[in-house]
Amino acid sequence: MGRTLSEKVWDEHVVRSTPGEPDLLYIDLHLIHEVTSPQAFDGLRLAGRQVRRPDLTLATEDHNVPTLDWDKPIADPVSRTQVETLRRNAEEFGVRLHPLGDLDQGIVHVVGPQLGLTQPGMTIVCGDSHTSTHGAFGAIAFGIGTSEVEHVLATQTLMQAKPKTMAVTVTGSLPDGVTAKDLVLNLIAHTGTGGGQGYIVEYRGQAIEELSIEGRMTVCNMSIEWGAKAGMIAPDQKTFDYIQGRPEAPTGADWDAAVEHWTSLRTDDDAVFDKEIVLDASTMTPFVTWGTNPGQGVPLGASVPAPEDFEDVSDQVAAQKALEYMGLEAGTPMREVKVDTVFVGSCTNGRIEDLRLAADIIKGHHVAADTRLLVVPGSVRVRLQAEEEGLDVVFKEAGAEWRGAGCSMCLGMNPDTLQPGERSASTSNRNFEGRQGKGGRTHLVSIPVAAATAVRGTLSSPSDLEPVAAPATV
Amino acid sequence: MEKFTTHTGVGVPLRRSNVDTDQIIPAVYLKRVTRTGFEDGLFAAWRNDPAFVLNNPAYAAGSVLVAGPDFGTGSSREHAVWALQNYGFKAVISPRFADIFRGNSGKAGLLAAQVDEKVVQRIWDLLESQPGAEVTVDLETRTVRAGEGVDAIEDSFDIDDYTRWRLLEGLDDIGITLGHDADIATYEASRPRWKPVTQHA
Ligand code: SF4
Repeated sequence: MGRTLSEKVWDEHVVRSTPGEPDLLYIDLHLIHEVTSPQAFDGLRLAGRQVRRPDLTLATEDHNVPTLDWDKPIADPVSRTQVETLRRNAEEFGVRLHPLGDLDQGIVHVVGPQLGLTQPGMTIVCGDSHTSTHGAFGAIAFGIGTSEVEHVLATQTLMQAKPKTMAVTVTGSLPDGVTAKDLVLNLIAHTGTGGGQGYIVEYRGQAIEELSIEGRMTVCNMSIEWGAKAGMIAPDQKTFDYIQGRPEAPTGADWDAAVEHWTSLRTDDDAVFDKEIVLDASTMTPFVTWGTNPGQGVPLGASVPAPEDFEDVSDQVAAQKALEYMGLEAGTPMREVKVDTVFVGSCTNGRIEDLRLAADIIKGHHVAADTRLLVVPGSVRVRLQAEEEGLDVVFKEAGAEWRGAGCSMCLGMNPDTLQPGERSASTSNRNFEGRQGKGGRTHLVSIPVAAATAVRGTLSSPSDLEPVAAPATV
Repeated sequence: MEKFTTHTGVGVPLRRSNVDTDQIIPAVYLKRVTRTGFEDGLFAAWRNDPAFVLNNPAYAAGSVLVAGPDFGTGSSREHAVWALQNYGFKAVISPRFADIFRGNSGKAGLLAAQVDEKVVQRIWDLLESQPGAEVTVDLETRTVRAGEGVDAIEDSFDIDDYTRWRLLEGLDDIGITLGHDADIATYEASRPRWKPVTQHA
């Protein structure tokens, strides 16, 4: 019987397999950041252990760094200690680090692909649940806890029970103006936040093939939001083109050998998945969340649902709690929901393609009077590229704040947070209670919806915008 | 790691589904570089509400948390497990756990017992009608017990065999894996040379 993509990649990394025990899996790349690693390095030190493969390990600072004044010492002493601890650990254990101020600093899931370190057929882990992002290249990539970070540092392996396999086939093409983010928000509303639990998911079908690599990263990024262990997409020519020429990509004969192998990483025709879901992309529309988990979403053109709209009693209770927290009235059209802050950024939508799209929509408009637009590039290179293309000027002229690279308001660990009761439209991936600041209310949206919302001050899509007066120059 | 065989303690009914890791411990509390002291961030936002279950003195000494489905969704932060442990919890019961949370619990020595949703309902009812009542989670027999006489509840819980064995023995994963060092070295010798590295010799 044939094997699925994930089974092929899994099998290639099994160091040891014994019945009744999890497999011992080799890890090709271990990404590290300041928040989930200090206790792991401490554990090594206590046990007198080394990092087994510093050459398969990469660290960057992202979760807890400021996006303003990044050249000055971090103001919050506790945050500063955490960042300094990473620097000390990297130095002591010989790990490559891209600290604040470095050209390759940025969100760990933006930096890996950008350097060409993320490649098909790899196993990639990081103490961060959105590691699933790297699955867009056909890698098995998943988030781990700090004990596991320590395990990988010490052994370059992980003990893992083999997950079940699922195929999500998205047929047809996405209509114009509907993005990868809308696709995945649609999917999560369809499956619920626990629908992927225990599975490695392969996204396939015409709509997935048609996505750019950046769009594929957006989809895989949010796999964890419906509970999946990992999400992946079979590598194709687009994938190879994206990787070729990047700093850590193979070259010469190595490139040819790599591509030959990568080309074999496809699900066999006779392979069987444990579960299959089929969705039609052609009927999808811009999608936004109204509640406090990523599965509580509706089309932008719909209204806030009522608890009675749900069949399941626990869904009704959850909806009731979410409406209270979000300060929303059932029946209110989503388009009438007024937003205080628009956040463009994060590992979901903070890459150059995202900023280009946002700038394209905002150009010639101004951010609404009572609304704040925060644009945070995913990495320093994304920021510099955007500045080279003049995108920063477009944002600033529209009245937006243009920031340095990092996670920023995605999780509100640094000073970029919502105030209690404040409402955001956010291109990030989590709308949990308090995620972006205590008492903050988050609506997850795509880049086009974020940009249009910034201009109108209420949840909107670009089709709601008045045409720009001056003839548009392309 | 300490061995876990069986635990009996005050049960805390948390009547919520989808308790995500941002609720268990918000990001602002993640700045410490130690494994201790996270109890102050546990359910930080909810604890401001006087009606929140942990603010009821009857449950304050709780050590068995009984929650709704999809507990621990979201972030990979092991701090969520540490916060529960630092507070005094030894076990969490839920009809369904998020994968990473369940994995982290097993590594850190917190028992994540998956119990049928109907049984969770009955335990909630019991704990609410008798605040301060105890719940037993017996890892050896994989059973959860609460209440007495006609109200007694007893049912099995799910946990994978390997995690159960490790918890019962109190074994450290890294130590086990280092025992397979030769297998790892053999695997490394066969890795293709074009695989990327972060440092070049
Ligand atoms: S941007 Fe947000 S989701 Fe992505 S790594 Fe940072 S905190 Fe996590």
